[in-house]
Amino acid sequence: MANKRVDEPTGTETVGHEWDGIEELDTPLPRWWLWTFYLTIAFSIGYVIAYPAWPMIDRATAGVLGWSSRGDLAEDMSAADMARSGVREQLARVSIERLPEDSALMQQAVAGGAAAFRVNCVQCHGSGAAGSQELGYPNLNDDDWLWGGDLKAIEYTLVHGIRQSGDDDTRTSVMPPFEGAFDTEQLDALTDHVLALSGKADASLLGAQIYADNCAACHGVRGEGDRAQGAPTLNDAIWLRGSSREAIKRQILQPRMGMMPKWEGRLDPVTIKMLAAYVHSLGGGEDFVEVAEDPEVEVDEQP
Amino acid sequence: MSNPDDPKDGGRRDWSVVVEDGKRKSDKPVSSAVAEPEAATRRHEPHEPPRATVPEKLYEPRKQVHNKRIDGPFRRFKWFVMVVTLAIYYVTPWLRWDRGPYAPDQAVLVDLANRRFYMFGIEIWPHEFYFVAGLLIMAGIGLFLVTSAVGRAWCGYACPQTVWTDLFQHVDRFVDGDRNARLRLDAAPWTWGKVMRRGFKWSIYAVIGLVTGGAWILYFADAPTLFRDFFAGEAAPVAYITAAVLTLTTVTLGGFMREQVCIYMCPWPRIQTALMDEKSLLVTYKDWRGEPRGSLKKAQKKPGEFGDCIDCTQCVQVCPTGIDIREGPQIGCITCALCIDACDRVMKDIGRPRGLIDYATLEDCEREAAGEAPRPPWRTLMHPRNIAYLLIWSAIGGALLFALGVRTHTDLTVAPDRNPPFMLLSDGSVRNSYTLKLRNMESRPRDMEIAIEDLPGAIIWTDTINRTAAAPTQTVSVPADQVRTVRAYVAVPAGAATREFSFRLTSLDEQRETDTVETRFDAPEDQ
Repeated sequence: MANKRVDEPTGTETVGHEWDGIEELDTPLPRWWLWTFYLTIAFSIGYVIAYPAWPMIDRATAGVLGWSSRGDLAEDMSAADMARSGVREQLARVSIERLPEDSALMQQAVAGGAAAFRVNCVQCHGSGAAGSQELGYPNLNDDDWLWGGDLKAIEYTLVHGIRQSGDDDTRTSVMPPFEGAFDTEQLDALTDHVLALSGKADASLLGAQIYADNCAACHGVRGEGDRAQGAPTLNDAIWLRGSSREAIKRQILQPRMGMMPKWEGRLDPVTIKMLAAYVHSLGGGEDFVEVAEDPEVEVDEQP
Repeated sequence: MSNPDDPKDGGRRDWSVVVEDGKRKSDKPVSSAVAEPEAATRRHEPHEPPRATVPEKLYEPRKQVHNKRIDGPFRRFKWFVMVVTLAIYYVTPWLRWDRGPYAPDQAVLVDLANRRFYMFGIEIWPHEFYFVAGLLIMAGIGLFLVTSAVGRAWCGYACPQTVWTDLFQHVDRFVDGDRNARLRLDAAPWTWGKVMRRGFKWSIYAVIGLVTGGAWILYFADAPTLFRDFFAGEAAPVAYITAAVLTLTTVTLGGFMREQVCIYMCPWPRIQTALMDEKSLLVTYKDWRGEPRGSLKKAQKKPGEFGDCIDCTQCVQVCPTGIDIREGPQIGCITCALCIDACDRVMKDIGRPRGLIDYATLEDCEREAAGEAPRPPWRTLMHPRNIAYLLIWSAIGGALLFALGVRTHTDLTVAPDRNPPFMLLSDGSVRNSYTLKLRNMESRPRDMEIAIEDLPGAIIWTDTINRTAAAPTQTVSVPADQVRTVRAYVAVPAGAATREFSFRLTSLDEQRETDTVETRFDAPEDQ
C-alpha cells in the first residue's frame, strides 16, 4: 500500500500493489458505468420498498404494492377458472343424455375429461386408456363394456365405482369360486366350452352340460354376458384376464374381480361428466338406447 | 531492458529518424486509420526510431450535412424512385382484393393471428414459408445483382434509409431554406425564432414518423378497421407499441442520424465493399482529367497547367452524406449520383465536357486515363457476372412461380395413435386410430372424401361419423381456409396383419385434388 504513486505516461494513480514490476493502475470507472451503477442502487431502493424483499422468520416483508408470487399464481389460477367457468356452468346445467347434441360443448367436455383422466385414471387404465390384461384393468378404447358403454352408464360407474363398500348404489357382482367343484376332466371340458363360445376350441357335450348348469345363469346360454349384473361376455374376442386355457381355468377356480373407486365426493360432478365424455369418445362409446327409442325421455335438467 | 521503444536507451542518438538503405525511417505515428498501408504493415525493427504515440481519438464529432438543392437527371430519377417507393409503402395496405366471404379482402395482409399471408391472388400458409424464404433469397441475390451491375444503386436510390433521409432533407429545405440558410441557422443562437422554426420542423418529422409507423401496422390487420380503432383508442396495445417504436426509429434514423446509419451502422456497405471490384460501376471522379485543380482565373492565367476541376466544391455541397467524391471511392458514398448532376451543370456553365464525375468502372477509368475513348456505362452491364447473377435470380423466381402454380390446395397429414397401437374389438376385428388433418386451402368450404387404399376389408368411421355408418370411404366437410382435425378409426376383420397402407384424400369438387399419405396398420402378432 505504501507504493502508491502516479503513473507518468497515463497520469493515473496506481493501487500500490506491485508484482514482479507489474503495477496496477487505479483507473476510474467509466462515467456511464458509474451512473448506471448509481441508477441500479436507486432502483433497488424503490424495489425494496415496493416489492417483498427482506426475508423475515416466516415470510418476507410485504412491500407497499402488496405483490407476491403466490398471489400472482392465485390470480392466474382464478383467471383460468373464470375462463373455464362458462363451459363448466353449461356442463353443470346440461344432463349427460343431452350432452352429445351440443357438439361444441361435447368437445370441451372431452378436452377437459382428457386432462382429468391424466390425473385420476391413468394409474390403472394407462395413459392410452388401454388398461392392462395382466392386472385386470379394462381397456376403455374397445367396444366391450362390462357395465354398459353409453354416456350415462359410464358416468354411473364413475360416480358409484365398482364393488365399493359404503355405497349402496355401487356396481357389484360376484363370481363364485369353483375350486374343488370340478375334477380335471370336467374343468378341461368347461374350459373348452368357454373357448368354443367364440370359436376358439371344439365344443363337447360334457362341457356344454357343465356350462349350462353352472355358468349360463349369469353369462348367458351363448356366453353373451349380462351387463345388468356385470357378467362379462364370453363369446367375444376380448378377454380381460386372458384367453389362454390356464387363465380361464384360474378364473373359474379362483375368480379375480376388479374394483374401481367411486369418484363421487372426490371429483365434482362436472369433472365426472367430462371424464365420462372422454371415455365415451375413445372409440367404443355407445349410443343411448333410451334416447334413441324415446326422444322424450325424462331427464333431470337441474344441475 | 531491451525495450526498443525506450528513447533513453542507446545513448544520445537522434531517434527521430534513421536512414537505412537510403530510406528514411521516421517516428511518424502509424495507425491503420492513416492511409499508408506500407507503413502499417512494415515490421518495426529494434533499431528503428521509436514510434511516436498516435493521438488516437475514438470519437469523431459529427458534422451536420446540409446538402444543397440540385436538379438533373439523377436527381429526377431519385425523385421518381422516392415517390414510387413511398406510394407503395403508404398505399398498399389500403388496396382491396375480393376473396369471397370467407377470407379478408385486403390485398396485402400478414394475418399473424390466423397465420395467413395474403398477397393479391396468393395466399401463403405457415407450412409454405419456403415461398417467403425464397423471396428473401431472391432479394439477397437481387442485391448482389444490382451491386455487381450498378454498384450501390440500392443505397443511393431505393434503400428506405435513403428514401426517408431524402424526405427529411426536403423537409429541412422547405422549412429552413437551402444549404447556406441552414448553415447560418445552425450557427445562430437560440432565439425564439429559431425555437419556433425547429419546433415546426420537428413537428413535421414527428408527423412523417407517425405516418410511417402507422402505415406499418396496417399491413397486419384490416386497414380501415384498424385505422378507426387506432384513433378511437380501441386498437390492440401491440399496434400502439409498434407504431410508437417505428415512429421513434423513423424520426431518429431518418431525421437525425441520417448518413451516420449508412456509414457506421449498416452492414450492407461492408458487404458491398467485398462484392465490388474494378468491373463494378460506381460514381467516380476522373482525377486524371480534373487534377490539378484550379479556379477558372488561374486556368486562364496559366493555360495547360490545370485540370478540368475548378474546385467549386459543388459536388461536396450537394452530397447527402457530406463526402468529397474527389477523394476516391469510399464507404460514405452511396452512389446517388447527385454530384454528377452538380458537376455536369458546372461543366456545362464553363463550357467543358460533362462527366468529370461520372458512373464508370475502375477498369474503364484506367483505360480512359491511358487515353482510350470512354466506354458507355451500359456496356459494363453486359458483364458475364451480371448475367450469371440475373440467371440465378430468375431461376429461383421461376422455380417459386412454378411451385406456386402447381401447389395443391388440399392436403392430408396422418398421425397414427401409438398408445395403444391397436385395439381388439369384441367381434375379433382389429381397430387402429389415426388423427387426420384435412387441409382446405380454398376460401370456400369443401367436401372431401377419405378413402383407404391397400388394406383389404378395411372400414372407416370417425369421431363424428358413427360406427354403424362405417364404410370403406367417408365424406367430411372441411370449413373454408381451415385445417379440420378428424379422428379416424380404421377396423379390419379378424386375422389382420400389420401392414402399410394409405389414406387418400380427394376434394369433391371439380378440381378433384388429391393427397395420399402412407401409414401403418398395427395388428396383434399372435393372431
